[in-house]
Amino acid sequence: MNRRFIEELNITAQCKRYGLSLWQCPQFLFLIMGLIIIGSTLSTYTIGTRYIEDPEIVALIVLILTTILFIIAFIITRSFERLAEANRMKSEFVKIVSHQLRSPITNLSWAIDILMSGEMGKVEEKQTEYLKILKENSSRMIDLVKDLLIVSRIEEGSLMIKREKISIEPIIKKLISRFEPFVLASNVEIKFEAGENLPQVFIDAHQIEIVIENLFDNAIRYIKGEGEIKIKLKQRDKTLYFEIKDTGVGIPKDDQKFIFQKFFRSENAIRQQTQGSGLGLFIAKSIIERFDGQIGFESEENKGSTFWFTLPINQ
Amino acid sequence: MAKTILFIEDELALQKTFGDILRRGGYEMISALDGETGLRLIKEKKPNLILLDLILPKINGFDVLKKTKENPETKEIPVIVLTNLEGVGDLDKVIELGATTYLVKTQYSLEEVVEKIKKALGE
Repeated sequence: MNRRFIEELNITAQCKRYGLSLWQCPQFLFLIMGLIIIGSTLSTYTIGTRYIEDPEIVALIVLILTTILFIIAFIITRSFERLAEANRMKSEFVKIVSHQLRSPITNLSWAIDILMSGEMGKVEEKQTEYLKILKENSSRMIDLVKDLLIVSRIEEGSLMIKREKISIEPIIKKLISRFEPFVLASNVEIKFEAGENLPQVFIDAHQIEIVIENLFDNAIRYIKGEGEIKIKLKQRDKTLYFEIKDTGVGIPKDDQKFIFQKFFRSENAIRQQTQGSGLGLFIAKSIIERFDGQIGFESEENKGSTFWFTLPINQ
Repeated sequence: MAKTILFIEDELALQKTFGDILRRGGYEMISALDGETGLRLIKEKKPNLILLDLILPKINGFDVLKKTKENPETKEIPVIVLTNLEGVGDLDKVIELGATTYLVKTQYSLEEVVEKIKKALGE
């Protein structure tokens, strides 16, 4: 009990546990509020005793007022605290569940690999069709779990980053060749245009790959039938500018302001039964902002979308 | 003579899928379901390759790796860490401790993992 009490007094540790910055953290705000109240009480008392006849009454009024203020403040912060705790538990729950799901999904996916390889006996054509459905859906589950884990790390503030000086161009080229089979199958043409002597940026290669992969994946996914994807990478003032333009279904105007929200999926995407979790752009925005960059888009329904981001060069 | 691979993993389903596919590839498979048995088998059987999970009962994968690399008799055996832990810190630590490489399970197909195993065995 005693130990818990002492732990509760350690404000920075408490705020870290909720993944909140000091100025958003109930405990810290309560402390500040307390200090302000004490300060104003003392000054009122000083002024009161100097200019009002009966100082004792003034002192009493001030004391009563302060106590009431204190109690109100305490109740407010307590309720905030409960909210913060509920939010932390939700993130924790998502993290644990998605982590626990990874092993069974891997088992499933690898078992399907074995069956499809034909090592365990010849697979009939009709069976292959069903195995493909199983494989595709297990891949979807793996992607979803991966996204959920990244989101829970972002929310907890525990997404580890390894900053190093890297070039973005090779990452884009790698992704283009990885997406090639997918792109050819869906009749989409890709054009990549990179400026000369592009500077390196100080970021985490793995994370930026996640961002570009998400944007790329969206571009391909939302092109229905034939289409074209144009990728541009260039220097713009003191930033590196990346742009991906598609001729896809676009985002309806009313949906545009929600597009970076977690789990949001635009109405036409759902109508056309395009698969997706609604997490990709939320993740992309969180990562880009973490590296002090900016992300945005322009889009017109039935014409296509252009997503861009910038990353600071001199860091 | 067939090369031996020791697979230290507490998931029975993975032991089966992996065991089957590698045995068919002509390897001799030994399995251990916990870290303690794993370490004992490393010393006794001196396998050509160790596939190691990190979260294991009794002795965890980090300690198994550390002890294997500390023992002059077993330190040359290549170790591939096969895990679902994905923290940058964990993976760096594994390489620091002397693992040949690590594979995050959900990111690879079975075929790709087998490819990596062959490479580590110099094939």
